[in-house]
Amino acid sequence: MSGLPKYHALKIDEAKCIGCTHCMKSCPTEAIRVINGKAVIDHERCVDCGYCHRSCPTNAFYIEQDDIQKIRNFKYRVVLFPSVMIGQFPEKISENQIYSSLLKIGFTHVFEIEQPIKLLINSIKEYLAAQDTPKPVISTFCPSVVRLIQNRYPALTENLLLRKAPHDLAAHYAIERLKKEGAGEDEIGLFYVTPCSAKIASVKSPVGEKESIVDGVINMNELYNRVMKIIEEGGPEEDTSSQRENLTRDGVLWSLTRGEACHFGSRSMAVDGMHNVIRFLERLEDDQVHGIDFLEMRACDQSCAGGILLTGNRFMTVERLERRAKRYPAAQSINKNQIRVDTAVLQKKLIIERINPKPVYIFGSDRTRAMDKMNKVQRIICFLPGIDCGACGAPNCHALAEDMVNGKAKMSDCVFLQQMWEDEGKIQTGKAYRNLEKKWGIDRFKADCNKRGRRNEGF
Amino acid sequence: MTLTYDIVGGDFTRAGHPSSEVKKVLKQLGIDARTIKSIVIALYEAEVNVVAHAYRGKATIMIDDTKITMLLEDEGPGIPDINLAMQEGYSTASKEVRDMGFGAGMGLPNIKKNTDELLIESEVGKGTTVKMVNFFK
Repeated sequence: MSGLPKYHALKIDEAKCIGCTHCMKSCPTEAIRVINGKAVIDHERCVDCGYCHRSCPTNAFYIEQDDIQKIRNFKYRVVLFPSVMIGQFPEKISENQIYSSLLKIGFTHVFEIEQPIKLLINSIKEYLAAQDTPKPVISTFCPSVVRLIQNRYPALTENLLLRKAPHDLAAHYAIERLKKEGAGEDEIGLFYVTPCSAKIASVKSPVGEKESIVDGVINMNELYNRVMKIIEEGGPEEDTSSQRENLTRDGVLWSLTRGEACHFGSRSMAVDGMHNVIRFLERLEDDQVHGIDFLEMRACDQSCAGGILLTGNRFMTVERLERRAKRYPAAQSINKNQIRVDTAVLQKKLIIERINPKPVYIFGSDRTRAMDKMNKVQRIICFLPGIDCGACGAPNCHALAEDMVNGKAKMSDCVFLQQMWEDEGKIQTGKAYRNLEKKWGIDRFKADCNKRGRRNEGF
Repeated sequence: MTLTYDIVGGDFTRAGHPSSEVKKVLKQLGIDARTIKSIVIALYEAEVNVVAHAYRGKATIMIDDTKITMLLEDEGPGIPDINLAMQEGYSTASKEVRDMGFGAGMGLPNIKKNTDELLIESEVGKGTTVKMVNFFK
């Protein structure tokens, strides 16, 4: 049920990290600390939302991906990408140009993942209609939100929708289609183009599934560069519309805000942006939300159009997709003959197992000890300045106090307490300075006129 | 451990803050979700009662290994007939308060349902003290 071991796509390049604390301050799950002048991610807490990646002024965060040459190992080379990818290209570039470039790169089949979305819509409707479904149902579309709920809102895991996301639908659909064309399952290579770090993690180690169906993951910005290069060099523009015959208006809009919510329940809501999601989940947990059937929640502002691996401006991406959607038919107008495979087989594959909670913020399972730690945190907080400066390497005073009781930090990590102790003669100046060097690195305080991390850098 | 919060009469914008904070503490202590939910509901209802009826109040929350004790003391009009107030649907809330979606006469019955021990003491013209205890499983 927990599926594969938890995979994390976000990594830090130590050579580039300058320990500026931007990422630590922007992390919504308090998963980052600065140790020896470098940012370090706590993988238990990290939900792969990518806010750190966004805030980094030196591009020290990177997202692991597979080598695109890996596609050569397969006879049938399928590229699966979310519709949102089309939206980031400049207006003058046509769908045919983008599709043709992907074929030129070496793929044999091009699938936008949101097709045939009707099957997923119907499957979710069926789930919502079941008597014993706890409401509101929370969408499992955004993997960051799913992990956040598992880690921090364990009681809400029972509200999670037990249906797969479009990339799984498309993967199974592609396999069924190609098998009909006579392909053997080993000959098919599926490559997913990801708009963010969270989707990679969910493709590599899916929640509520036993194994990953995809053979490789390619970052959307990497593919953007390759496609742009081919187009700029005057690449082909063939009629590729046959590859989009199951694409619909509802599919194109699916990954945008309200793209899912608009289909379900008499009362549905859409929440985007990690901080909004957290605030809303707190309310939901406090039992202050009533009568809602379906909740769409996405970590990024403007949903996937704001994904960290997209190149275009998120609002312009939304605008292009909205206009594109108008040219396509409604999801329900797609008939069986068009889909060309046995839809019952696909329907069965859309179901996932129950998702278990994995609380990471509790002070251990022994309540007496947990109580003891909690009391200590309360006492320590009395002595901390409450400035939340981050100079200790933790995002705020409260987090530092918790780190202390968990044996990961000490009182002298607080620069204000150290200063006070120096004044009171409790610690020598030399010792205090060495403590700072230990935290922030030996060369940290040398003059450097090219220092990075200025205002608005990384935004 | 003890947590204290001031509650301002008439300020509905802040109602729910203490219960939300207490919830975070209980979650970190690893208390089971069902117990936390009952505590949050009871405390929230009690807070709203102070906000809706009293001039000012104080919430004192004491947590130990086995239980949580929540004490809400207010300065306000008091409750003339506690038994009547405990009945579902009985309400003395003003139209203003009802228009905001509160005051449906379910507060005290809801507290009763969600607590293991409930003690209400009130003096008309002075104020009310509500003591609620929930035991951890």
